[in-house]
Amino acid sequence: MSTGSVEVVYRGIFQKTLAKNICRGVVFAAKKEGKIGTAFGRYSDSPERNGIPAKQFAVVSDTHDELQEHLARYEPDNNDVTIACDDALCKGVESWAWYGLQPINKLLKKGGTLLVTSFQSPNKLINFIHRKGEPYNLALVRAAASFSGLWVYKDDHTDARLLGALAKVAPHIVGIDAICEVIKEQWKDDLKVASARKTYEATETIPVSADQGNEEVPFEFEKPGWKTMEEGLVIRGISAEQQKVEGWEGGYVPTRNPTFKKFSTRTMRPVINFDTCIKCTLCWLQCPDSCFDITPDGLYDANMEACCGCGVCEAVCPVEDCVTMVNEEAFDDNASQWEMWVKDKKGYETWMTEKISDKPPRSHGFHHVGQYAEETADEST
Amino acid sequence: MNPPKTATAEQIVIGGSEELISGSEAIAHACRLADVDVITAYPIRPYDTVMQYVSQMISDGDFDCEFIVAESEHSQFEIVKHASAVGARVFVGSSGVGWFYAFEAMAVTAGLRMPMVAMVGNRALDDPGAFGVEHNDALAVRDLGWMLVWVETPQEALDTALIAYRVAEDKRIFLPCAVSCDGAFLTHSQAIVNVPDQATVDSFLPRYDRGDKLLHPDNPITIAPQANEDWVMEIRRQSDAAMRRARGVITEAYEDFGDKFGREQEPFIERYMMEDAEIALVGMGTLALPVKVAVRKMRAEGRKVGFVRVRWFRPFPTEELQDALSDVEAVGVIDRDYGFGSSFHSGVLANELRAALYPVENQPKIVSFIAGLGGREVNTDNVIVIAGMVADAASGGMNDQDTYWIGVRE
Ligand code: SF4
Ligand code: SF4
Repeated sequence: MSTGSVEVVYRGIFQKTLAKNICRGVVFAAKKEGKIGTAFGRYSDSPERNGIPAKQFAVVSDTHDELQEHLARYEPDNNDVTIACDDALCKGVESWAWYGLQPINKLLKKGGTLLVTSFQSPNKLINFIHRKGEPYNLALVRAAASFSGLWVYKDDHTDARLLGALAKVAPHIVGIDAICEVIKEQWKDDLKVASARKTYEATETIPVSADQGNEEVPFEFEKPGWKTMEEGLVIRGISAEQQKVEGWEGGYVPTRNPTFKKFSTRTMRPVINFDTCIKCTLCWLQCPDSCFDITPDGLYDANMEACCGCGVCEAVCPVEDCVTMVNEEAFDDNASQWEMWVKDKKGYETWMTEKISDKPPRSHGFHHVGQYAEETADEST
Repeated sequence: MNPPKTATAEQIVIGGSEELISGSEAIAHACRLADVDVITAYPIRPYDTVMQYVSQMISDGDFDCEFIVAESEHSQFEIVKHASAVGARVFVGSSGVGWFYAFEAMAVTAGLRMPMVAMVGNRALDDPGAFGVEHNDALAVRDLGWMLVWVETPQEALDTALIAYRVAEDKRIFLPCAVSCDGAFLTHSQAIVNVPDQATVDSFLPRYDRGDKLLHPDNPITIAPQANEDWVMEIRRQSDAAMRRARGVITEAYEDFGDKFGREQEPFIERYMMEDAEIALVGMGTLALPVKVAVRKMRAEGRKVGFVRVRWFRPFPTEELQDALSDVEAVGVIDRDYGFGSSFHSGVLANELRAALYPVENQPKIVSFIAGLGGREVNTDNVIVIAGMVADAASGGMNDQDTYWIGVRE
């Protein structure tokens, strides 16, 4: 008598098919072992928005009654395994359903396993992941944030590999033989079966203690009740009033939405070379989220509370290499780049050069034809 | 939009007078007197008569408003919804399936808290193509946050339309209100009406003030965002609270109306010969005419029969009906509508009334009658037959858990 539950956190639209393949794979494999199960998406993530964190779940049980107890929930909250299909999600999950920033391990049960596709080191990821307050395990599958299954993107076996890894970290949910049988049945591809087995064998978990991880209190807000919520479906416009920020006299920081932040929406962020900026205003004008604060000296500083990582600023900046999109994993905080630059210009140059040069492959954002093929070709693991 | 109204000599001549007018023309006068800013039109019988009178008033120079002929009822309701958001007093309306064509726009109007006033020229739902009265058109929005009121005479139509603006536009409410006028029997029948003067109307009806919910560049707001399960229930609860508050606001409005215009009436229901009544008949709209005549006839024969005419269906006058009907032995509800497959296959009013009277101590028997569909005449003989059946039910001689169709050919 038992129930197993798997949460798959992914980037909306881009990884939808990938997440679906994983969840359905779990249910099919469990069925081979005589269990029954269900796979479903968190309804409020739909319709999905580009890159916004979204979730699907697979729940399997020995009996129908047990399964029913876990059904009809938006978010099963006691998962044996949480799979993050993009390691930038380790910084937290900010659903389009709008409830603040949820730590990636929040719905993972004590002693469960967080399974992440990443090229990063486990320690680096643990630094991003919020402290759970309970011990759990971390397992990595060496892979990029995959687009596998999305439109014409080629099948890079990420689904099969994650299924293989899942069988290793949670054999009580599904075993590797059932997984392989299902992959063979669904895709009729021996290579894909081999990928699952290989990952199964290679996957190792490391324990994470209760007090390890990011100490930051995740961003939260209180939802208003019917007596406090404004009537008539009215949302007040954000006033154009200037926010007073110390050290910014003469600059301009607009007020921003107090509840909807974009911390985990982005997978990349712009790094700005303030020495070459010609103050043309294009990034400020074109940014879809009005991220740019005007600094006291007339430069443009992208505010990380608001940036969704779209890359428009990089595309419109007329100065070569003045704005460069860099992977989100390269950053530990959301601090102002301009303030760093003002304090120590030499130090900023070193920091900036390091960030720009350290650009592991990343598929969120389309830069040139053949980019994805190049990225997936690197994955020889 | 018009500048704030000051009554002109000419208007006082038009108003403050006795006129022989139909229910539709009475509604048009109410629009003029309320100085409505935006009216949208799309032809459908019997509602279209209001539009004819309104356009006549505009072309005669008696009334100044934006009169927009839309390409469909849906647009008709959408246009006034948006006009209401930017602070315009609006008037709209339709009949039968035309009303239904606007359903999407009507459904959101209440949630958006737009105080539009609409006139429904009650009409059967096509097919078959039929113009006569049935109440199913207006009743369709009964659970969506629309206030619904039925009237009997052209005078009541005019008075109630003015009251509807006062209630709908009250900041505590901001809900749409539909005034239902029975097709033909009210929309096309004339009576002597006291058309009030502008100054009295102005003293009763303040300007529409949307306050800080006004959609305007100086007040930057978004309305009608996308919301998920974390937010929707609170929004519905707000509409519920506004509808609950409407009871008090309606009562206030009737009191003030009585003071200003000298026409006192009980706000939610009309009680006709209900003192000492043992049998009560209940209905809405122009049905009241044959019922009242029949009640008088039966009273003359010594039968203790009375009549309760329901004016406001939303908010439903639960307390008033409990008060009026808890001492009678049996109630006969005459619905000019149908509720196929509902409890006891009854009409909408009958089942609503059953629910309202469920908790009272001396529950009367409640018998449901369907009559007058598609505009068929309900005559005094029909009413006397109905009252006889209700009396049988009171003495246990007839099944009260069924619904009886009156005036239908076998
Ligand atoms: S990537 Fe650039 S343009 Fe896009 S949201 Fe961030 S700052 Fe704005
Ligand atoms: S677009 Fe580039 S050059 Fe222009 S203001 Fe922005 S950062 Fe400076």
